[in-house]
Amino acid sequence: MAKRIEVKDLDIYYDKFLAVQGVSMTIEPRSVTALIGPSGCGKSTFLRTLNRMHELVPKARVEGKVLMDGNDLYGAQVDPVAVRRHIGMVFQRPNPFPTMSIYDNVVAGVRLNNKRMKKSEMDALVERSLRSANLWDEVKDRLKRPGSGLSGGQQQRLCIARAVAVQPDVLLMDEPCSALDPISTQAIEDLMLELKEEYTIVIVTHNMQQAARVSDVTGFFNLKSIGEPGGLVEMDETTRIFSTPSNKATEDYVSGRFG
Amino acid sequence: MSSSTELRHPQNQPPPPGAPLFDKPVSRLGDKLFSSAATGAGVLILVILAGVAAFLVVEAWPALWADSEEVPGGDGIVLYIWPLLFGTLLAAFFALLIAAPLAVAIALFITHYAPRRLATALGYVIDLLAAVPSIIFGLWGLSELAPLTVEPTRWLEDNLGFIPLFEGPASTTGRTMLVASIVLAVMILPITTAVIREAFLQTPRLHEEASLALGATRWEMIRMSVLPFGRSSIIGGSMLGLGRALGETMAVAIVLSPSGGITFNMISNGNPSTIAANIALDFPESSGLDINILIASGLVLFAVTLLVNMAARAVINRRRDFSGAN
Amino acid sequence: MSTSPPSLDKAPESGEPPVVLERPALTHGSLPRRAAPVALLLWTVLGLALHLLADLNPVVAGLLAAVGYTVVICGWSRSVEGPRKAHDRLVTAIVTGAFLVALLPLVSVLGAVLSRGLERFDADFFNNSMRGVVGEGGGAHHALMGTLIVTGLAALISVPIGLLTAIYLVEYGRGALARYITFFVDVMTGIPSIVAGLFAYALFELFFGAGVRMGIMGSVALSVLMIPVVVRSTEEMLKLVPNELREASMALAVPKWRTVLKVVLPTALAGIATGVTLAIARVIGETAPLLVTVGITSSDNFNPFDDRMATLSVFSYNQYATPGIPPEPFLDRAWAAAFTLILVVMALNLVARLISRLFAPKTRA
Repeated sequence: MAKRIEVKDLDIYYDKFLAVQGVSMTIEPRSVTALIGPSGCGKSTFLRTLNRMHELVPKARVEGKVLMDGNDLYGAQVDPVAVRRHIGMVFQRPNPFPTMSIYDNVVAGVRLNNKRMKKSEMDALVERSLRSANLWDEVKDRLKRPGSGLSGGQQQRLCIARAVAVQPDVLLMDEPCSALDPISTQAIEDLMLELKEEYTIVIVTHNMQQAARVSDVTGFFNLKSIGEPGGLVEMDETTRIFSTPSNKATEDYVSGRFG
Repeated sequence: MSSSTELRHPQNQPPPPGAPLFDKPVSRLGDKLFSSAATGAGVLILVILAGVAAFLVVEAWPALWADSEEVPGGDGIVLYIWPLLFGTLLAAFFALLIAAPLAVAIALFITHYAPRRLATALGYVIDLLAAVPSIIFGLWGLSELAPLTVEPTRWLEDNLGFIPLFEGPASTTGRTMLVASIVLAVMILPITTAVIREAFLQTPRLHEEASLALGATRWEMIRMSVLPFGRSSIIGGSMLGLGRALGETMAVAIVLSPSGGITFNMISNGNPSTIAANIALDFPESSGLDINILIASGLVLFAVTLLVNMAARAVINRRRDFSGAN
Repeated sequence: MSTSPPSLDKAPESGEPPVVLERPALTHGSLPRRAAPVALLLWTVLGLALHLLADLNPVVAGLLAAVGYTVVICGWSRSVEGPRKAHDRLVTAIVTGAFLVALLPLVSVLGAVLSRGLERFDADFFNNSMRGVVGEGGGAHHALMGTLIVTGLAALISVPIGLLTAIYLVEYGRGALARYITFFVDVMTGIPSIVAGLFAYALFELFFGAGVRMGIMGSVALSVLMIPVVVRSTEEMLKLVPNELREASMALAVPKWRTVLKVVLPTALAGIATGVTLAIARVIGETAPLLVTVGITSSDNFNPFDDRMATLSVFSYNQYATPGIPPEPFLDRAWAAAFTLILVVMALNLVARLISRLFAPKTRA
């Protein structure tokens, strides 16, 4: 299922404002790619262009190419809705649908495409998704209760279950642990290591230790200077980035000498 | 104010003798006067509302105990008010039936379909509709809308006459319950739309994005996130609109030419009046007990709208609590 | 086309999930970018043609065009883009259509008021009263003045009460009393205007006897309608004043009442003025409460404490309700009065906009 993403010379705009400039990178399947960098350098903006969520902001647009296994996601015939179906997303703050039960939250995306699905198949899918999010044992007795009754960490894992239930090719995570306590964070990080067996995972994080712990490849984003657009400074294997980066700015950032 | 430096740390420093003795009582008096004026104004509102109820009851009292023969129609106060109440409820109900779906659609259009700049302007236009005086809607309903409905109502009578609502005979002037309901619907549209629009605007962006990220189309996103979030506001806004429609006076008074008793027939000339319109039509010419009777009917209207509005507020406030807890 | 089988996406080496979901292909057929606008244009032209050439009722023609467009675009989308997208397009068409339908009455109302109101919208109309007029001529000078007097007095009553109540609710109100007041202010917004009129009548009848009519009675009735609006809007504005400002002032040992008067109120002033203006616009067009309290007269009477006065709205209603023979001059006057009223309301709305636009930046800075 996992797929390779190639980004070529991507410029990201908000109307006339160029937010991110000239990003090119290859994201390998079955791996965790972490994007790090200071606030406002365009990591999240970049992440949202990978599943075309960026264009939800009025007048936002991109130039350049994003290829998933060779298919241009921004091609003329490509439906952004279908793109999001193939590339799932987990947000900074857990956002289960407040009016739906845990069960309904998990199958929310599945119901959109598969109108007639057997009850038994649906049940199996819910169990499988919740298991892969390491949440099954905690909620199996209260599947019909509202998802908003769970703790923050459980809610975030519910959102991950919801995202994997539609069997995407790629999973994008936008600072998925920033609203969580250390124990919940640990649970999510363990989950990421399991999920990368099946998916391509891209995670944006502010937490460099987290990037070092979970990712195989790390990309460092930075602003060239104040008022300039952000961009990808360096991308390499995580161990290299955190030990012997080739760029001075990267070294400053990972060793905490930034700003 | 001259002693503000000395007073800066009243806890830590003993006040220097002299100055504060003069300052403090003055400021306390000001505080006391001001806060009691503010409280008094608040209490006055409660008094006014109680006054509205009390005066209406006092004035309605003689009508409640009047002989049946003295009441117009000769059948007593209850049978006098009942057709009016029925007409009020009927017109308001159909107004709501027309307005509520439209209001949801307009609110959706403004919040989720129209380009942002256009949306602001459109919101303003809808608000403007709320400011148009009701007398104008009445004149418009009578002179513009009513003639337009003559043909369609005849068609309704011919083809759907088996439904009691369209039994006919179709009015040749268009002064029908149907037109009154449409005019009322137009009049309550702004307030209903405003409440619903407000709720739709507050739908958490997170929930909208959650459904979009799952690959939902715009409509699927609205069904998954926006409508569930706004549900109680849709109910509350509709009920507020219902309250308005129940109490609306002039538009109905101008459009309808009341001449009948209780009937569900929406398209004929024979239809009941509404309480408010009846008061407006009869009050200027009335005296003595007739005034008491009209005020008694006004009391009934007051009670009904009070119930509807209180229910509406309760529903809307519950949503506020709910979203605050999240 | 739309929901092609997932064979393309399957990764042979991965463990196959027990349930294989239907997945839309990344690229699937979609309508040409200009499909919707062009289809809409075609149907609009067709509708116009039906109206002009086939002499069809404009409403029916418009409806036909709208339904035709919806059917075409949805059917086309369903065959090319699949049912989900078609459904989305259907709802878009319905929502937009509903919006346009709702705009129709507004356009029609404004059109009617303009075309019929201009008939008698002349200098005579504003310089004469109806004294001694039984046919053509006459004017609404007395009614315009009456409206200004009655509404002005209503504002004079409502604004202090409303302002103080809002201040109480935001700055002082705690506990049960504040909750009751908040609740009943909400309830008060829902009082039917005719009931407010009856209240004023009942109140004054106690003191002045049956059949009493006075301008001030109308002001009292309008106040009942206006106070809750003033309270609500002022409350909203006071709540927007940041708490830091209050604390900064209190920390300088400024007494609370001076803090409210000198810091909080000036900060919120533009918003409050806007709210008050809108509240006036809301009540200035009221007819029903004035009909039962102020009545109508054909002569000048500018003393609100003595007998009947004329007001624009009641004047308009009265001209319509009791026409002479021929009725045209009376109906023309009714529409001219309605037109004047709508102009006043629009002007007040405009003033409110201006106030908030001109003065708001200062408070935000």
